[in-house]
Amino acid sequence: MSLWEYANPVKFMKTSGFLLPWVVGLAAVTLVSGLVWGYFFVPAAENFGGSVKVIYVHVPAAMMAINIWGMMLVTSLIWLIRRHHVSALAAKAAAPIGAVMTLIALITGAVWGQPMWGTWWEWDPRLTSFLILFLFYLGYIALWAAVENPDTAADLTSVLSLVGAVFAALSRYAANFWNQGLHQGATLSLDKEQHIADVYWFPLLLCMAGFVLFFVALVLVRTRTEIRTRRLGALQQRERMA
Amino acid sequence: MIALLIRDLRLAVRAGGGFGLGLAFFLIVVTLVPFGVGPQGDILARIAPGILWLGALLACLLSLDRIFALDFEDGSLDLLATAPMPLEGVVAMKAFAHWLTTGLPLVIAAPVFGILLHLPAAAQSWLVISLLLGTPALSVLGTFGAALTVGLKRGGLLLSLLVLPFYVPTLIFGAELIRRGAQGMATEVALLMLAGITAATVALIPFASAAAIRVNLR
Repeated sequence: MSLWEYANPVKFMKTSGFLLPWVVGLAAVTLVSGLVWGYFFVPAAENFGGSVKVIYVHVPAAMMAINIWGMMLVTSLIWLIRRHHVSALAAKAAAPIGAVMTLIALITGAVWGQPMWGTWWEWDPRLTSFLILFLFYLGYIALWAAVENPDTAADLTSVLSLVGAVFAALSRYAANFWNQGLHQGATLSLDKEQHIADVYWFPLLLCMAGFVLFFVALVLVRTRTEIRTRRLGALQQRERMA
Repeated sequence: MIALLIRDLRLAVRAGGGFGLGLAFFLIVVTLVPFGVGPQGDILARIAPGILWLGALLACLLSLDRIFALDFEDGSLDLLATAPMPLEGVVAMKAFAHWLTTGLPLVIAAPVFGILLHLPAAAQSWLVISLLLGTPALSVLGTFGAALTVGLKRGGLLLSLLVLPFYVPTLIFGAELIRRGAQGMATEVALLMLAGITAATVALIPFASAAAIRVNLR
């Protein structure tokens, strides 16, 4: 029993078909309870008023936006090294979700920035690097769409995701050097002291878990769709040959 | 390798426009900017580093799709790929030839364009240094984008979408170097980062480009 068994599409379809309803259900429960808790049962914060509530969408979306590229990086590497098609298709399935997460983080950030900073947009390093990340996602998706042969497309986009990861990170530090930011520094951390009161922290944790589960569910659905499309194409090819 | 370099240079010069076109484009950008933002010298002087860098970036982008496309169409890219020389070397030489025909003329002509845009005299030397250090990275990263899109019928627009985000760090440090140099601020960080990015891309990106070409020739 190893992880690589799921490189077999049949095995993957079977297991993911069994897991999918559970993941969807769990995602729905955590997301709804986390958001309801965050939006209706949390006191308005000092200095922030009701606008603090935007963090329950903004922070998880921003976290996912970065981590989805990381997930695409890992699956692309697996494709390049071990040639597992499911892995390449999972990377393809994740890209549009990552792009939307980046957009959600940018838009909720603008909604929050208007009352707090008095501006919808500021050329702050964090905001700017997210915009650049969004452009990287667009380029990745466009390359997948432009190349006809699926294996060629998988190879090219994999190389792009590797080089893109380096340059997205580099742009982040370049933007830091270029302009001082308005955006607050990191509040959440695994190894340092947290700067958030428990009353806000617990619903946020629930929302973050909900976003992760929601992403897993979406990737599973989209990967399954990709595999079925691939099968359909193969069947049609066989039909034409016969 | 030298033979390939000479061949590419000769093709660029004789095919017409390869050599001077980038410069002419640069000139047009610089001419149009005052029409757009007004002729006041102080505004022009302040935005000059950014405009000159953006012009260099766009001039470079214009000629990128030709790096591999022509060789791909007439089959010489297949020959180069099967030649005893490593494909990474071919890519590096092509990037070098591209830089010699677009980057280097810009570097040499940049002070003239700087005068047109009222760039202060103190910043002129920084302008040349920053373009000299930064433009090789533009050419090398360009080969990566060109290699990704070489098999496509109409890859031009996709090529710009893919390549331009990669130019962000170079653009930031390059323009910042001129700005800080002009104001007499510390320039070490920008200078070292710009040189570092160029050195790293020149060393590593040919491998990624060669990998993409091999995929496209399969």
